[in-house]
Amino acid sequence: MNRLSRGALLVLVLALTFLVGPFVVIFLAGFSGGESLKFPPESYSWCWVRHVLEVEAFQRSLVTSLWVGFGSTFGALALGVPVAYALSRFQVPGREWVRTALTLPLVVPGIIVGLALLNHMVLLYNLPVTASLLVGHTALLLPYTVRVVSSSLANLRLDIDDAAVTLGATRLQAFFKVVLPNIRAGVAAAFVLAFITSFNQVPVSLFLTGPGVSTLPIEMMAYMETSYDPSIAALSTLLVVFTIVLVAVTEKVLGISKYV
Amino acid sequence: MHHLELQGLTLAYGKAGAAVQDLHLAVAQGELVSLLGPSGCGKTTTMRAVAGLLTPLAGRIVLAGQDITRVPANRRDIGLVFQSYALFPHLSAFENVAFGLRLRKVPAAELRERVTEALRSVGLEDFASRLPANLSGGQQQRVALARAIVLRPRLLLLDEPLSNLDAKLRVEMRAELRRLQRQLGITMLYVTHDQDEALSLSDRIVVMRAGRIEQCGTPEEVWHRPATAFVASFMGCDNLFDAAAGLPLAWPAGATHLAWRPQAVPVRAAGESGLPGTVLARSYLGEHVEYLVQTAHGKLKGSAPASAPPWLEGAAVSVGLDAAAAAVIPPAPRT
Repeated sequence: MNRLSRGALLVLVLALTFLVGPFVVIFLAGFSGGESLKFPPESYSWCWVRHVLEVEAFQRSLVTSLWVGFGSTFGALALGVPVAYALSRFQVPGREWVRTALTLPLVVPGIIVGLALLNHMVLLYNLPVTASLLVGHTALLLPYTVRVVSSSLANLRLDIDDAAVTLGATRLQAFFKVVLPNIRAGVAAAFVLAFITSFNQVPVSLFLTGPGVSTLPIEMMAYMETSYDPSIAALSTLLVVFTIVLVAVTEKVLGISKYV
Repeated sequence: MHHLELQGLTLAYGKAGAAVQDLHLAVAQGELVSLLGPSGCGKTTTMRAVAGLLTPLAGRIVLAGQDITRVPANRRDIGLVFQSYALFPHLSAFENVAFGLRLRKVPAAELRERVTEALRSVGLEDFASRLPANLSGGQQQRVALARAIVLRPRLLLLDEPLSNLDAKLRVEMRAELRRLQRQLGITMLYVTHDQDEALSLSDRIVVMRAGRIEQCGTPEEVWHRPATAFVASFMGCDNLFDAAAGLPLAWPAGATHLAWRPQAVPVRAAGESGLPGTVLARSYLGEHVEYLVQTAHGKLKGSAPASAPPWLEGAAVSVGLDAAAAAVIPPAPRT
């Protein structure tokens, strides 16, 4: 193995410190035994981890987050998979425009998207908060699902659906029996990526949550404004562990990292 | 009556001009007809239209007396073997072959029997449980073939099915395709750009160029009596001359071109009968040696037996051009 130069080693250490460091701080602080958020903690215990599971506001917003996360992920897949398929398979007029339009939400700041959705959906159509969250997140996730599914379709020889048709399948049957099974891993990757994106989403949700309804990250922010105890650190630790387990399991089972 | 008839077929891809123009072709029951031509001549486009994957701009496709021009691809009962095989990567060889039967809700016992039979007929009964990724190119090719014939299609289309195989396997598969076609009595339309393949397989060859048929005939006809200068040069007549070339020989009446294969043009020692010339290049081909010779009438490709004394680049030779050995191109029939 080549030896790293001293400068490169320094950069590597710094990068890892800034990437992993915050997790370590949060992780240790979450298991603190004290009354306030402090690092390093004076003593260690499970009490804050147990405490956050009992806070009713967290429970309620977790349910909302899960609902919105799964709902918008399914919505974005239901819309995104056909879009990706059409873009890769057919000579759609204005194909490049669609592609560009789909990358826009990735570069436009979430604050602006949130404000726009608030202005034009919640205020204009008087949409209920949960519904507007669902619609907003679906729109936000669509570019992710289209991109990930597209890259998995690009690995697939697309005359197999023609082959299915000459064997007697309708175009729809060809898609479900032949195309979909072969992009399973890509769809799963899109699912995980979209779900995590929705679950951790703050800027858009910030505008779309209303009284009584809130997603977990928003609830956590609100909590931090009033109390400064280690429960947020404990909750963050739980979320990080949950995300890591989710990604690790899907990677192990489906090998999704090559599509993201 | 003809089994398959293409009547005035005009086809195009996207907004580009017509890829195939006013094509007429009739194929008899049990016949193997090759569509032969360089890439872009419209042969694959024609085949896709017959399969129903492309809608014609004009013309009719008639199969067994029924106009199928507007019948969707999945109800045409026409098998298609793709150049890339297009096997379903997530299904075993058995399930690939069973795919069409399952769509037709064939009972399990009959399905098993027919799939096994089809795999046996291509010599793959021991590979039924393998995924396509674990099969060699030749084996994938056979699965693709079995997948098409298991449905007993009324017509089997093959799109350059052997082009991804190595030379030796290609010759073997050729013989096997022919055997299978005879055995099943199946009508086949075979697309290829390889003249050897077309010659050795076909009952009839349709030579295409730029979306039109140049010649349609038996392999012997196409080989010995090319109808146009294009067919002659595509079939290996590298020496092609029109009347204006002023060759020193008795020009046959009514011929627009004379064409010679290199094998029909003997290269002899300088001073013997023929056109004098200088050797530009030579290539040893085992049985004989091919020479590229510069003459007063342009470059000629001739050959000499390997036993003859070798002439090196720059040597003076004599090239025999004999009207009797030439393919005579008649005037074009269409005006």
